[in-house]
Amino acid sequence: MTAGLDRLRGGTPPKRHNARTIAALTGNPGCTRRAVLDAAGVDKPRLAQRIGFPGSFGQSRFALARGNGFEAMLKADDCALLREVLAGCLRLDVSGAYDDLGEDADDTLAARHGRTRELLAEAAGAALIDHPLLTLDVAGQRVFLEPDLIAFQAEGRLHVVEIKSFAIVDGQADSAKVSAAAVQAAVYALALRRLLAELGHDPALVSHDVVLVCTENFSLQPVAVVLDVRKQLSTLERQLTRLASVSSLAAELPEQVSFDVALPPADLIAALAHVEARYAPECLSTCELAVYCRHEAAGSTAALGRPVRDALGGVDTVAEALALAAGTATPSEEQAEAAALLQAAARLRAEIL
Amino acid sequence: MSTLTALARAQAVVAGRAQPIATVRHLHVHPRPLVLIPLAMAGEANAPLAAMAGTDRSAPRLLVVAQPRNRSHRFAFAAELAELLVPYVDSFTAETEAVAVDRGRDVRHRFTDAPQLWVPNTGGVDFLRLFGRSTRFRSTEGEYAVPPSVPLLGRWLTFFANAAEVAGSSLLLNAVQALGLHWASGQSSAEDAQLAALLGWISPPPGRTGAEAALMAEDPQLFPPAGPATDPVFDNHVLAPLMSTADPDVAALTEVLHAQLLPTWELMWRTLDLLRELPPGARVAGRWDSDRDTYSGFVQHLAEGGPPQPRRDGAVAAAARLHRLENAATRYAVQRAFDDPLVMAEYRLTGAAFVGDVTLAKADRIDDSGKRPVLRPRIMVVTTETVRVEPGATLSSPQRPGQKALVISVTAVDEKTEVLLELSGGMGRKLVAEPGSVPEVGERLLLTTLSEAYRPGGAFPEPDRTPWTHGGPPVAFEPSEAGSEQADQQ
Repeated sequence: MTAGLDRLRGGTPPKRHNARTIAALTGNPGCTRRAVLDAAGVDKPRLAQRIGFPGSFGQSRFALARGNGFEAMLKADDCALLREVLAGCLRLDVSGAYDDLGEDADDTLAARHGRTRELLAEAAGAALIDHPLLTLDVAGQRVFLEPDLIAFQAEGRLHVVEIKSFAIVDGQADSAKVSAAAVQAAVYALALRRLLAELGHDPALVSHDVVLVCTENFSLQPVAVVLDVRKQLSTLERQLTRLASVSSLAAELPEQVSFDVALPPADLIAALAHVEARYAPECLSTCELAVYCRHEAAGSTAALGRPVRDALGGVDTVAEALALAAGTATPSEEQAEAAALLQAAARLRAEIL
Repeated sequence: MSTLTALARAQAVVAGRAQPIATVRHLHVHPRPLVLIPLAMAGEANAPLAAMAGTDRSAPRLLVVAQPRNRSHRFAFAAELAELLVPYVDSFTAETEAVAVDRGRDVRHRFTDAPQLWVPNTGGVDFLRLFGRSTRFRSTEGEYAVPPSVPLLGRWLTFFANAAEVAGSSLLLNAVQALGLHWASGQSSAEDAQLAALLGWISPPPGRTGAEAALMAEDPQLFPPAGPATDPVFDNHVLAPLMSTADPDVAALTEVLHAQLLPTWELMWRTLDLLRELPPGARVAGRWDSDRDTYSGFVQHLAEGGPPQPRRDGAVAAAARLHRLENAATRYAVQRAFDDPLVMAEYRLTGAAFVGDVTLAKADRIDDSGKRPVLRPRIMVVTTETVRVEPGATLSSPQRPGQKALVISVTAVDEKTEVLLELSGGMGRKLVAEPGSVPEVGERLLLTTLSEAYRPGGAFPEPDRTPWTHGGPPVAFEPSEAGSEQADQQ
């Protein structure tokens, strides 16, 4: 991490990226604020709280307990149950060794990454590699990925295995949860591919078929399904290249800009004004700072959501849209068509109501 | 999002209050609905935690599951819910009425009323669907026997969840969608999903704007989530300590869950009050008739000992169902537009409907080019609105639903458009039109490409003749569940 970005964070230790934050980042690639804050490892929940706009991103203990219980059940007895569902799903030999690279901790990062490289470098290494530590270049920054996956190696190919505790009922699951899991798995698959390429292997050895292990129907029995994440992979690669180089963005920021959560709230808000946000209602469920950005975006058409903004002719503010509808503002050339439609709509509403 | 609704949202932002997007109510509001607010245990596969339910605003019933991970506790909850719901759905079978079918050659009977369930949001509908799925196949004998009311409840819940997929059905409604059909708030649709916030925009407390009320409604301390998901803070700090013991204090659990559910219970009845204030659309009663048909059919199916709804439809059943859903959606869209000028305005904006003045009318025009002469009056309609119809298209007008208007020509003159139309139908059987059946010069007329014409059902093969391309004939229903589910979560 560059000194410039470290300076932005102040004295606190950096927050690390994980597949979820990268997925969110690529979900809204135009948001400079998020890119800079994440790259600098700023504690966004703390920051939001400091400036008086706390988000609600708590997770229920019950959900965590079930997730952990399910994972532990799968990995018990040298992954007996996990091997069983993988064998049933992929029709591959799963009798190889299981290697757990250890729990998530800051001081073992480098060691774990080194061990991951070693294991992956040997073509005939362990079959199941738990908690491998991967890296990914995001917006000019090399980030460690918080490991929450198993890489399954068989016949020279690697599969990403994601364990999720949501249920697949009669072959159907909550589509939002499945697509979130698919994007996360794609982040891991991409990181694995980059690592293999660095090691001089063919990145295509990492399969685009990831395995999702969920619970079946209303029981805790596991069921594995294969997800093709080619689409997510290509989206991810495109978005990652589109992310502007954060280092250069950070370098352009004035000297006094800092997101050190120890600073008074007024200073933090002033600092935030230097990095532009691109708020959309979807941010509310993915970004801890969203409540503040929504407050800031009050009166903009973007705050009403993309479909509304588009239907209002893509103008920036609600006031502008209403002025066009009332005919009190002169539309620019490209607004002419939208303005005519808005005026007709306003006329109809006035006529009927 | 249509420009009209988007504009209403923009107007709501400035007005500080939700704006109407309908002039009439597009759904049936039952005089005695059953309001049901389910809560699910976080992380579990649709395990019920609690439910507040009832038909009396002043007397909600609270059902609580002390240990949602315990199988017998969950089915005890299902039995309790069945005790509440099954008598309610059975209470509409007292009276029947005769309906003529097959052009009066036959009659069939349907019940004069039907039940109506209300849940807060689409999550509530999904919860009921999955809870129906987890209960309707349960065996009432053997090692894992459940009371007979449990599979019956499952079949009813599945019936309601399936009905909720049919556009325009009022058997199972959710408050968020029902309100969103009639009002546009000044926030995004993602934020509208929270019932308290949406109601904040629609009827803010005195002295507050909709935005302020919606912001207040986001505080889970004041307005707990409307379910089925619970507030994680509540889970971690209130529920977890109470549930972590082997023998939870049911009285204490009941008290905290009552406090979580009561605010939503109030919001549900406020939703009903708000909707009742709107006058019903002219075609709402007709759709409720269809709902009564569906209900009567299902009661009969149960009485005849029919099997539970399958886990997944077979190919033929799925195709037929999709066809019915599409027909219902089309019919509903047309009916809403015909009932409500504000909905029709959406079509006027896109040119699929227009309002114009009749400038010429030849009411006695006879077309004698065919075998026998027929009455085909022609009228000229002049409009300033956008017209996107081609010659040869058939239009209709809500003022004269039985009449078709064939477009002969469309001519743009200055800022106006002249549309020449040839009329057929709805003018009586003689060669002279009934008085008033042909629009007169000077009449203001709305014409649209939308049509209320009858849509025939699709032709599908019998299930046992399902072609191999669609998996062949489906395997017959087997009442026992797979072993994995017998074992269930303990």
